[in-house]
Amino acid sequence: MRAVARVVAVADRHGRTVLRELRGESPLLLRQAATEEGVPTVYVVGGAAGPLAGDDLRLSVEVGPGAAVRVRTVAASVALPGRPGAVSRMRVDAVVHDGGTLHWLPEQLVAAAGCDHVAGSRVTLAEGARLLWREELVCGRYGEPAGNVVVATSVDHAGRPLLRQSLAVGPAAPGWAGPAVLGGATATGSLLVVGPAAASGPATVDGGGQLRGRVLPTGPGASAAWLPLAGGPAALLTATAPDAHTLRTLLDPAGVAAIDPPTPATATGPTPAAPTVSAAATAPAAAAGPRALPGAGGSVPDAAGETGWVTAAGRR
Amino acid sequence: MTPSSMVLLLADGRFPAGAHAHSGGLEAAVAAGLVTDPATLAGFLRGRLATGGLVAAAFAVAAHRAAAATDRRATLARLDAELDARTAAPALRTVSRRQGRALLRAGREIWPDGGFDALPAGVPGPHQPLVLGLVAAAAGLDPVAVATVAAYGSVTGPASAGVRLLGLDPYRVHAVLAALAVDCDATAARAVATADDPPEWLPAPAAPLTDIHAEVHTTWEVRLFAS
Repeated sequence: MRAVARVVAVADRHGRTVLRELRGESPLLLRQAATEEGVPTVYVVGGAAGPLAGDDLRLSVEVGPGAAVRVRTVAASVALPGRPGAVSRMRVDAVVHDGGTLHWLPEQLVAAAGCDHVAGSRVTLAEGARLLWREELVCGRYGEPAGNVVVATSVDHAGRPLLRQSLAVGPAAPGWAGPAVLGGATATGSLLVVGPAAASGPATVDGGGQLRGRVLPTGPGASAAWLPLAGGPAALLTATAPDAHTLRTLLDPAGVAAIDPPTPATATGPTPAAPTVSAAATAPAAAAGPRALPGAGGSVPDAAGETGWVTAAGRR
Repeated sequence: MTPSSMVLLLADGRFPAGAHAHSGGLEAAVAAGLVTDPATLAGFLRGRLATGGLVAAAFAVAAHRAAAATDRRATLARLDAELDARTAAPALRTVSRRQGRALLRAGREIWPDGGFDALPAGVPGPHQPLVLGLVAAAAGLDPVAVATVAAYGSVTGPASAGVRLLGLDPYRVHAVLAALAVDCDATAARAVATADDPPEWLPAPAAPLTDIHAEVHTTWEVRLFAS
């Protein structure tokens, strides 16, 4: 099955976000839901089972200057096998202009036994864009081995490479379950945060001005770290977990404010000796809250083309 | 055709670039209880080869190629930024740059006309695979040899660290490495196959636990290896 869907969010002259385009086709149907915390939310509604091997699904999202939109899915996507040798593909292209905000918070992708799936995302951010981008992968349904899935993500910020990563699981990926990659964890994922919420505050810059990661406390069988990126005001919260539920609690956007409250940057002093998240519980959940919508203007990134790194990754 | 002795020189653990000080993430994996014996070490090495090993090999080949290009300074700067984007963990970026600086020091001494000034300046240094690409170009290696040295280096460091950290039988550990040789060559071949791709398209395989463990490792007060 082939399907194409597109969302275009723009700010009107009062600064309110309007969905100028909301177009999908089965099995990629789009529905506008109630506004969450002042941000319009779009749900991707699976119109059929899958993705099945052979499916080719494409979704593009564009967020204009000063606009904000949140995209969710109603249920987990279960990548399933189809005819032998066929690959299923889900490709997402997102462009966020200056002052725009995109929260991409879909449900998990499940790599069912025997599947062969490539999920490729290409995100192009203008300098003043804000982003929350969550990806979660569950390696097999309950009690079954994982099929082959590649989750490839490529993000550019202000014309510079910000994040390139391609996680491969399943029998075609050497060592994926071993101690260098997932260490037997069933679920893994990441939350990419771009904007002031991720700006390197005192807690993540050491005395020499170098960025530092922070190891986060987790329960048994899980691990997580907050990783400030080099290419912009951004950080990747990455985690492994024994199950999807535990993973979700580790990648909760509301928790991001707790890790690194978006307070105004102050002079960088000596780094605390040990990572701490104790102040977190009382910090405002600003990272997931409504954004001030600055006026239009600023640079406009090129629309992501059809070719590119994600396509290359998909060739395997 | 690459002079064989030059390949051995660059791949040798005794080459003075400080590789022996690094376990390639093995020390943290051992501490986490995930590597305990030759079988789990083999699993670690397979994953490392397919992720960090492939990235290192692809970028070493790309830098080697850039060494002969007219716009090599700009190309190397772009490759440096692309490697940053593939290295989410700040601890691993620092390790790669420190290892790059150590290799650069050796390269400048051994090949004074190696063209190393085209590498991006900055603290703490250029990424190790970029320096390796230029060193290999100065030494007259061909792309397959460069990629093989990079891929091989990604597993031999952790393997010998396994002997020290776990007291494993060196014969058993080298049996593991011998069994990995075919995968190592295949990884190098994949890296060479990407050489014509733009930097943006170069491989970017992720290893979440390697990222997380690298950050755990930096918090330790006492450790045997620098990474």
